Parts: sequence; structure tokens; C-alpha cells
Amino acid sequence: MSTLTVNADSVLAIEIGSINTRAVLFDVVENRYRFLGAGNALTTAGAPFHDIMAGVREAISQLEQATGRTLIGVDDRLILPVQADGSGVDRCVATMSAGAPMRVVAVGLLEDVSAQSAQNLANTTYAQVVEVLSLNDRRSTAARLDAVLRARPDVIIMAGGAEGGASRSVMKLVEAVGLACYVTPKEQRPPVLFAGNQSLAKPIRDELAAYASVYIAPNIRPAIETEQLLAAQTQLAEVYRQNRKRHIAGVDVIESWTNGHLLSSAMTFGRTIRFIGNEYAKTRKGVLGVDVGGSNTTLAAAFGDNLKLHVNARLGIGENLPGLLAHSAVDEIIRWSHMELSEETVRDFIYNKAAYPASLPVTNEELALEHLLTSQIIQVALKKIMRSFPSEAFRAGAGLLPWFEPIIASGSVLTQAPSRGQTAMTLLNALQPTGVTTLALDQNNLAPMIGAASSVAPILTVQALDATNFINLGTVISPIGQAQPGVPILRVRVMFNDGSETTHDIKYGALDIINLPAGQSATLHLHPLHRFDVGMGGAGRSGSVKVIGGMLGLIIDARGRPINLPADPGRRRDLIKKWHWTLGAA
Amino acid sequence: MYAPIRQIIPIAYIQRKRLLPVPGKVTVRQGGKVIATDAVAEAILEPEHILYDLARGLGVPEDEVEKYIQRKPDMEVEEGDVLAGPVGITRRVVRATRAGRVVLTAGGHLLLQVKSQVFTLRAGMSGVVTELHPDRGVTIETTGGLVQGVWGNGRLGVGQLSIVAQSPDEELTPARLDMSMRLAVLLGGACSNPEVLRLAEELPLRGLILASMSAALIPQALKMRCPVIVLDGFGRLPMNPVAYQLLSTSERNEVSINAEPWNHLTGNRPEVILSVPAGARPLETPDVERFQKGDLVRVVRQPFHGKIGELTSTPALSSLANGIVAPAAWVAFEDHQKMILPLTNLEVLK
Repeated sequence: MSTLTVNADSVLAIEIGSINTRAVLFDVVENRYRFLGAGNALTTAGAPFHDIMAGVREAISQLEQATGRTLIGVDDRLILPVQADGSGVDRCVATMSAGAPMRVVAVGLLEDVSAQSAQNLANTTYAQVVEVLSLNDRRSTAARLDAVLRARPDVIIMAGGAEGGASRSVMKLVEAVGLACYVTPKEQRPPVLFAGNQSLAKPIRDELAAYASVYIAPNIRPAIETEQLLAAQTQLAEVYRQNRKRHIAGVDVIESWTNGHLLSSAMTFGRTIRFIGNEYAKTRKGVLGVDVGGSNTTLAAAFGDNLKLHVNARLGIGENLPGLLAHSAVDEIIRWSHMELSEETVRDFIYNKAAYPASLPVTNEELALEHLLTSQIIQVALKKIMRSFPSEAFRAGAGLLPWFEPIIASGSVLTQAPSRGQTAMTLLNALQPTGVTTLALDQNNLAPMIGAASSVAPILTVQALDATNFINLGTVISPIGQAQPGVPILRVRVMFNDGSETTHDIKYGALDIINLPAGQSATLHLHPLHRFDVGMGGAGRSGSVKVIGGMLGLIIDARGRPINLPADPGRRRDLIKKWHWTLGAA
Repeated sequence: MYAPIRQIIPIAYIQRKRLLPVPGKVTVRQGGKVIATDAVAEAILEPEHILYDLARGLGVPEDEVEKYIQRKPDMEVEEGDVLAGPVGITRRVVRATRAGRVVLTAGGHLLLQVKSQVFTLRAGMSGVVTELHPDRGVTIETTGGLVQGVWGNGRLGVGQLSIVAQSPDEELTPARLDMSMRLAVLLGGACSNPEVLRLAEELPLRGLILASMSAALIPQALKMRCPVIVLDGFGRLPMNPVAYQLLSTSERNEVSINAEPWNHLTGNRPEVILSVPAGARPLETPDVERFQKGDLVRVVRQPFHGKIGELTSTPALSSLANGIVAPAAWVAFEDHQKMILPLTNLEVLK
């Protein structure tokens, strides 16, 4: 446990999501930062308010009621810093995901190299790539110009040229971009973010500065085999901030409260995951974060200091839910249900939910359906981010999720579920973790705000990442290998702190719970059979691991990877029902 | 908590901004009267350009091109017009291959914006143009009956209302459509049969107002020219009684349908506007209000999806039937059923 050695500031963190706006207060209690309370309101970026401040003030007002602290003064302004009477806060940080995604034109030399990197950079924020220009497309300069104009971009991201590499070809592409900026009416000209060969930064600025705001970022593709997105994200964050300021009323007020530090929620979520990644670097496993929102789904994976961040800007459990149908067939979604559902029911549900994105499931059936769709959303998002995982990440086999410790889940749909078993079931089916991992739930949806706070109160980030905010759902053990259902594949010996022991023989295909009360530690000795791999250094290798019991105890997921569901619908539903029952998700 | 408001109003004062997605030209004057299908502004959404390499075309060095250019920026040209030249004894010229407007001449090149197909922005409702937004569009105002929906196929139309649905929960079947409905706006109930949409297009109808529609029909509806508006949701849902009462008593009334998709950010949503007698006095309707006991609410999700009830308790944080904790209130329905429902699943009817 870290203790404070400096004067600590109270911090108000605000997150303006696509559906909800949340205000959270952190302050030091007994020498340690604590989460004191939260206020929640519907986001008011859209009609009829068209100003985020109505929602922000409502959320803060709720927070004031919850904490008994006055934060807004009689002049309707945030009281900064804390006053002698205890009102106000010392610092304010804010993150945002509300608003339409930025329309991006990605430009690069080669379609699957620098142009792909430009797209990958766009995918680290709330953006939608609407056009890609590269030398591969063979269009004339005029055709490229028209393509950019028709795309009506909010930003043009240009990459290309390894350091010390190509320059003429890059400048050829700049020609179309420059023409597009020139032809576009002045007030609608998109900014250009150049993240390519740094020797071209000045010529590009000279060429474009008269017609566009030019941002220069470090080369995201310094060598053909190397992609480095992280450094350019700072400039992209600035573009995002300016874009929100231009399109959403009230952002300027938040800017004044935060000293101009409004950040995208995805970026700060990634920051938190990266921070945890550094903390867990000694495990040689990555850390995975999943945040399912109403309009977006963000996945972040940290392998030590190396962060992979992917925002799915048109895939969420609210307004963008129909976007799921572009990736998944309805029958594929239904296959994972323990209920008998028709395609029509699911399709109607998707469109009704999209019409009223803030609506909540009231019945168990609707709750199950919402989790079914959430699981599918995560699967789609996972496939996309997995392409960017480093090849050296430890994993038991091609196409399988690398070893992660822990896996952190955020987002109301997961955190609001009345049964933790339901949340665990959704995550297990979607992610299909391997080896030994811990499922942690960001129960107050703090991860983006903690990441935002790291720039003003780093110690807060350290101390907020504790078990009161991130609850341990359970340690999951997932042996990897092939066997016939019912064949014993793993022997688990649990050595409890009181000296007692239990032994469990795990059969292939089973999903089991071993009772280990929350917070209680135990040592597991894992002895895989038939050359199954439990992440102890190779197939068939045994080993011991110290674990702490979660809300659900220890979860043994021996269903195989990938999970193969029975073809017969009745048998399949019975089996899934059994799994739900085991985890208490039914 | 702020309450989303669903407007179903017999006589409302309606003001709508109609704006182009890109700058263009406003084609109506302030104070002018329009009907839903009238053009109010136009713009080029799909610009097309041609870049002429004049230096190469004329066979002269880049830095000499300037003196041969015949058409300067902003000048209109017709197909075949000389853009630059003549040069030399052979009197070489570069001609416009399409009609358009010169955008730029520089570096030995000329950029021509070709005359392209124009996108026309239509009024979307009958009324009076009360404000012009230069290069972008107009504000239109009217007094009329207003029924907002949840989904539209992006089309708009005007016509006389013809009532087919004899009750709010009636299924619209192909057998109910006949030639007498040609060019009418039809009030149907629930629709799950693709044949209904095919016939609506074939007759043709000027509009189709549905209580609900199977979501599987969305791709077909999006391809139709006839505007289709869904008032209550997807699946098989009855029309909410307030909307049904208003629409079913307006047979032969002229109605405008603007079936634009619901955009939660802009607030634009599909709606039906009924004409009312001149001089009718509109009711005052707030844009925003908070949920309070006594509100007439419509449920937007199962259970009770589409039903209308009354808020009988003060909203408070409560545990729902499945254990989720959320701001909620008791809602009493006409059939004496009561249930605690989250506020997010309700909209206030005005």
C-alpha cells in the first residue's frame, strides 16, 4: 500500500459518455486516496439540450448530495481550489466519449503498411475511417481529391516514409490532400495530422499550412516492420479535443475547469491499463482491459509498457448496436444463448435498444439478451485488436488469447449486472482466456477517470487501483489442449492458508467452481494431464501458483479453446444453461 | 432526472431547421410558403474535378504556362472551351472536356470542378420559411398536429391520410391494400409481411405510417421511395393509444411525413405533421422537463413496451425485478397493472 508523502489534492473526475455523464470525487482519507462518491446523469450533448453542461451539472449535483460537499458555487461555476469552508475541489479532470466519431481520411504510402498504420492510429480514438489513400489505389490526383471531398473528413491522418526513406512519393500524396484543403470552404477545412518521415515535416507544413491546421507527430511507421502509435496519440488527442470543442457546446467550460486537459475516455482507459501493465510486468503476461459503452467498445492490452488500444467507434450496446449485425450473423449470436430465441426476436431487440440506448433490461430474459449481445460485441472487438498483439506475446497457440493477468472489465452493462456470475459468464464466453488469469470488475467504472487523473495526481492512480474499486470476480484456470469430453485433463490441488487441502480432477468440457472465499489466499498446484497447457511453462508442465479468492471463488474453465458448442440446439441450450447455473448467472 | 419527451400533440407550434450537410445554395425566400416535398436548398455532395496538366498539353515549360491561360479561377466553362493556348505554329490548345468552373490554376495545372448532380434538400413539412441560414438552409414554421416516431426510411411525402388500422394492434396484411389507396398516406398497424411494403411501393402510396415493423424488413424499407415511418418500435407492438386516437380521427386530412432517421445528437426524428384549420391555437409544450408523479408516460421497452401509463410515485433509486438498481418509479396502466420501471425506459407524452 502506498502512502502519501506530498500534500494531496482532492480531485473531481468527470466522464462524459455517450449515454451517461458521471462525476466522481476522490480525496485523501486516512492518508490514502479514496473514491468518495459518484453522481450520474444522462449526457446532454444531443437534443434537446445540445450542451454537455446540463448533464455535467446534474451529475455534480448528485455527487454533492452523495458526499455532502459543495462543489458548484452560487455563480454556477466549479469551485477551484478547495476553500476554507471545505467547499470545492483542488483539481478537475475530464474525459469524453460523447458525440459522433471523427471522420478520418487515412493516407499512407502502401495500403497495408503506412496507410494501415494511419488507420490503426485513428482507431485509438473515437474515429471512423471513411477513406484511405495510398499509392496502391492508382487513382489520379483529381480522383483522390474527389475522394477526400466526398468523405468530408474531420481530420486527415498522413503517414508514410520510413525514417530517412521515401519522400517524393509522400509529397505526391500531399498534393491531393493540399488540393482538397484548398477546395474545401475555409470554415470546414479538416486539420492534417502528419505522422510520417520526420524529414518531411517542414515541407509538409510549408505546403499545407496556408489551407489547414497542421499537426506534426512522431513517425508511426519509422521502419517497415515497426509500428509506434503511442507517441502520436498525444497529437491525435489534441485534434480530438479541438474537434469536440468545435462541435459540442459546453466543452469549452470543461476545458476551463481542467486547464485544457479534456481527453478521450479511450485514451485514459488505455493509460490505466498500461499503468497496470507496468505493475504486472514481472508476470511476463499482458494486461487486458475491456470497456463496453453505449456507442463504442474499447479494448486495451498492455504488454509491459507496450500498449495496444483499439476503439470500435461504431460498436456498442446502445445506439450503435445494429452495427453488430455487420460483423455477426444473428444465428451466430443466438448459438450462445441458453434461451430459445428466434432470429426475429433478436433483430427486433437490437433495433429497439438502439432507438432507446439508455433503456435498461427489467426482466431476466432481457438482461440475458443484453449480455448475449455484449459477449458478441466483445468477440468482434477482440478479433480486431488481436491483429495488433506483438508476436512475442506468450500464448498457448495460434489464434488463442495470449496469457493475460489480470483481465479488467468496465462499462455499465457489465458492472450493473445484478449477478457477478452473469458478468463472468459474458467475459469468459467472449474472451476465452487461457492459462491462469484473474477477472477483475471495475465496479464503479473508474478506469478512464483514473487514467485522466494520473497527470495531476499520479498517486491517486496507484491507490485507486485497489480491491474496493476493482473487485476480483475470480481466478480463472483454463487448460489448453485437445481431448474427448469427460476425459480428465487437470488435477488441481488447493492448499488453503489453514493447512487444509482439497484435490479436484477436472474433466474436459467442464466449467466448475472451486470454493475459495473472496479475499482468502490459497496455493494451487496445477497438474495437467494429456499434455494440456495451463501456462506453467509449456504443454504438460505442472506448477504452483498463489491465488486470491474472488466473488465467484476459483473458476475452472475446461471447455476447450476455442469453445466448441454442440450442433444440436437443444443439447447446446442445456449445456449453456448448466454453465450459467454453475456460475450463478441464470 | 430529465425526461425524454415524445411529442404527440393535436395542435402544436412546430419549428424545424432544415440544413444541408455541406455549404450550398438556399433556393427559397424568407416568408415563402412551402410544402414537404418542395426544394429549399441545394448543394453538390459528390464533387468531381479534373486536373489538366497545361504544361504538358501545350508543350511549354511549367513557368511559361501562366501567360497562355484563358480561363481564370471562378470562371464558368463549357465543354470544348479553350482553357489555355494557343501555342506555337500549330496553335496547340487545351480544351475543357466537361462543362464546369475553374477552381485553381497553379504550377502549370488547371483544376476544373465539373458540373455535378445537385443534391436537393426538401422542406420536410408544409409551412412558412421564417429564417434563412446562408449557404446552409432554412427554418420552417407551422401549426399542426404532431406525431413523432422512432424510425424512418429517410423519405418524405405529403398526401391524404387513409385509415386502414381499425384498432391500434391490427396487423397490416397485403389484403388490406387496394387501388383506392393510391397516392394516399396509409395508417397501418403492425407490419411483418414484406409483401405489404412491395404493394405500398407498387400502388404507389405517398406514405406508410406503422405502429411497428419487423426489423427484418428494414433493408427493404430503406430501398423504398415511399416514406415509411414506425411510431412505436420493432416487432409486433400496438400503436400507442394517444397517437392512434389523433391519427385515426384525422382521415382525409393532409399529412406531411418526414421519415428521416432518428438522430439522437441533432434531435431530428421521424414525424408526421397533420394539417389543422387556420387559426387553430397551438398548445404550449416544453422541450425539457423532469419526471414527476402524475406524468403520462409511454414505456419504450419490454415489459409493457408501447403501453401508456401514469407515474404514481416520486422517482427514486430502486431495485428492478431482475436486481438492477436504477432511478425508477411506479407506473400504473389502464388495465390496473402496476410495475416499478426504470426512468430510462419511459418517455413523457406531451
